[in-house]
Amino acid sequence: MLSYLIRRIVNAVITLLVVTMVTFGIFFAVPTITGSDPALLYIGKTADPASLEGIRTKLGLDDPIPVQYGKFLKGLVAGRDYANGADVTHCDAPCLGYSFKTEQEVTPLLISDIPVTLSLAIGAAILWVLFGVATGVLSALKRGTFLDRAAMTGALAGVSLPIYFTGQLALLIFIHELGWLPDAAYTPFLEDPAGWFTGLILPWVTLAFLFAATYARLTRANMLETLGEDYIRTARSKGLPERTVIGKHGLRAVLTPLVTVFGLDFGTLLAGAILTEQVFNLRGLGYQALTAIRQNDLPVILGVTLIAAIFIVVINLIVDLLYSVIDPRVRLG
Amino acid sequence: MSTDSLAGLTTPAGPAKRPFLEVKDLTVRFNTDDGVVKAVSGSSFAVERGKTLGIVGESGSGKSVTSLAVLGLHRTRSNATVSGEIWLDDKELVTASDEEVRKLRGGKMAMIFQDPLSAMHPYYTVGAQIVEAYRVHHKVSKKEARVRAIDMLARVGIPQPEKRFNEYGHQFSGGMRQRAMIAMALVNDPKLLIADEPTTALDVTVQAQILDLIRDLQQEFGSAVIMITHDLGVVAELADDVLVMYGGKVIERGPAADVFHEPQHPYTWGLLGSMPRLDRELRDRLTPVKGSPPSLINLPSGCAFHPRCPYAGRNGDRSFTETPELRGGVHAVACHLPAEDRQKIYEQEVAPNL
Repeated sequence: MLSYLIRRIVNAVITLLVVTMVTFGIFFAVPTITGSDPALLYIGKTADPASLEGIRTKLGLDDPIPVQYGKFLKGLVAGRDYANGADVTHCDAPCLGYSFKTEQEVTPLLISDIPVTLSLAIGAAILWVLFGVATGVLSALKRGTFLDRAAMTGALAGVSLPIYFTGQLALLIFIHELGWLPDAAYTPFLEDPAGWFTGLILPWVTLAFLFAATYARLTRANMLETLGEDYIRTARSKGLPERTVIGKHGLRAVLTPLVTVFGLDFGTLLAGAILTEQVFNLRGLGYQALTAIRQNDLPVILGVTLIAAIFIVVINLIVDLLYSVIDPRVRLG
Repeated sequence: MSTDSLAGLTTPAGPAKRPFLEVKDLTVRFNTDDGVVKAVSGSSFAVERGKTLGIVGESGSGKSVTSLAVLGLHRTRSNATVSGEIWLDDKELVTASDEEVRKLRGGKMAMIFQDPLSAMHPYYTVGAQIVEAYRVHHKVSKKEARVRAIDMLARVGIPQPEKRFNEYGHQFSGGMRQRAMIAMALVNDPKLLIADEPTTALDVTVQAQILDLIRDLQQEFGSAVIMITHDLGVVAELADDVLVMYGGKVIERGPAADVFHEPQHPYTWGLLGSMPRLDRELRDRLTPVKGSPPSLINLPSGCAFHPRCPYAGRNGDRSFTETPELRGGVHAVACHLPAEDRQKIYEQEVAPNL
């Protein structure tokens, strides 16, 4: 178990290293090779040659690419100094550099975005798991009835309709027309829990609708398969009430494959729900990523990518560990 | 259906008292997209406490469907219709409410399934599943149920029951798994035990152990046992009475010794002929029953066995147009051949080759 854990962590670190290498390669090396100049992106086109040269030296853009990558890694682990002669700027570890546009340090910028994305993802996840699984189970039990068809049609709509449609529609109806809710906005939970809740409820519901649909369909299919299993017949033959047969024996088997899918979805979402954040104007990681891409802000793009990779790798590790708890037939090793 | 004579089959007390389990004219139909599956048609039988009834027949002959009907397990299938009467200890089960049948299920009547690996829940320990079975029918603490479960595991011959209690089905060997399954079925002292091919997935030495175990436990608890199998050896070993099923119908019924020594139905002859026997001279090949089992959606007209019966057509069209009824007393058969002809054919053509 311990050796498995160590192996997995080493693997995770290697994965992250590869991610930084690829991202770094694409975002920093390619402009250098193709002749466009990152220093120009930083300072703007009107800069005079002297200050351009100064920036280039300070950011280390003159160094060969592998050296630049080495410095970037060192910055992540130990922090780094950007120096141009006497002009030294220190950046604490984990240093992701400075935004080309705002000249702010990237790390604190992204860290301040995480609570927004985390709140959005967790709230939505709770909603979609509850509603998705409940709908799926009901649909499976009432297979072929009107309820089943209605639920599955709704689920199909949920899967098919893009966030920027359902989101806008929700905004229009609940905020602008009916005025039931204040504008969607992020308020830190610790400052004002009620404000946190009312500001996020609409994004949660919109995002959850999309995922709940997938989960409902998945749960329904798994439940139908499980209900045909021999151990369900055994459970019934023991005289268990139908409630226990479905809720305990059936659901237990259905949840296992859902955990895998949930891990992937949740990990991806933690890296930023780009569309949802955009539609509801929530300044999370996804919003940050989109802004950075629009502005060609290379260090921020690199930072967001790295954080996204960390979330996905960590969630995957947790899911794999969970699996051995959920399914006793899985042995780690 | 000569069900009235059935009471006398195992109860010398006379027809006034109903047998412990009496099934009358049981019919099970499934509505499917392809048509109506006539899984069981008008089958009748009875079992007394302490006795064993063997039900034999090939796959799809209605053996398992019959037993699931007794347990009321078709109730959860919306496309199934069950009619007829099932009397367990003077209580009618076909018309009883779902809740009444559920309370009997696992308590007064229990079932052992074939392939215990898939019949056990993969995510719960064997112990937890037995405890659950016990606590549905007994208001006891988890601790008491645990003691009972470990006691049962020991009783069915599982070594180190305290340790095995906490293990999962996949950690057991095939034989041990079937023992655990039996422990689970017997935890509530069922008065009726239905074993559906309990030894099919096991190797021969383990088969013998499991059969011995079922017999010992039956003697200890005085339960009625229905043993469903396609293995005639198992029936010969355990059963007091035998029911031979074909195409969802009972085609021969009688005391085991009679059915084995004076089999009446050509299909029974076929079954016996296809059984390997070590106590007879070695023949080149076994004689299989030619053809394949009938479709339960489109049963052959007349006698369902006629497409495979070497004697069909001996008395005109009857085999093709008229469904034979189960006739006879203690040893009954559903066949159009006159009794004398059957006797002659059996003695001259069949018996020498068995």
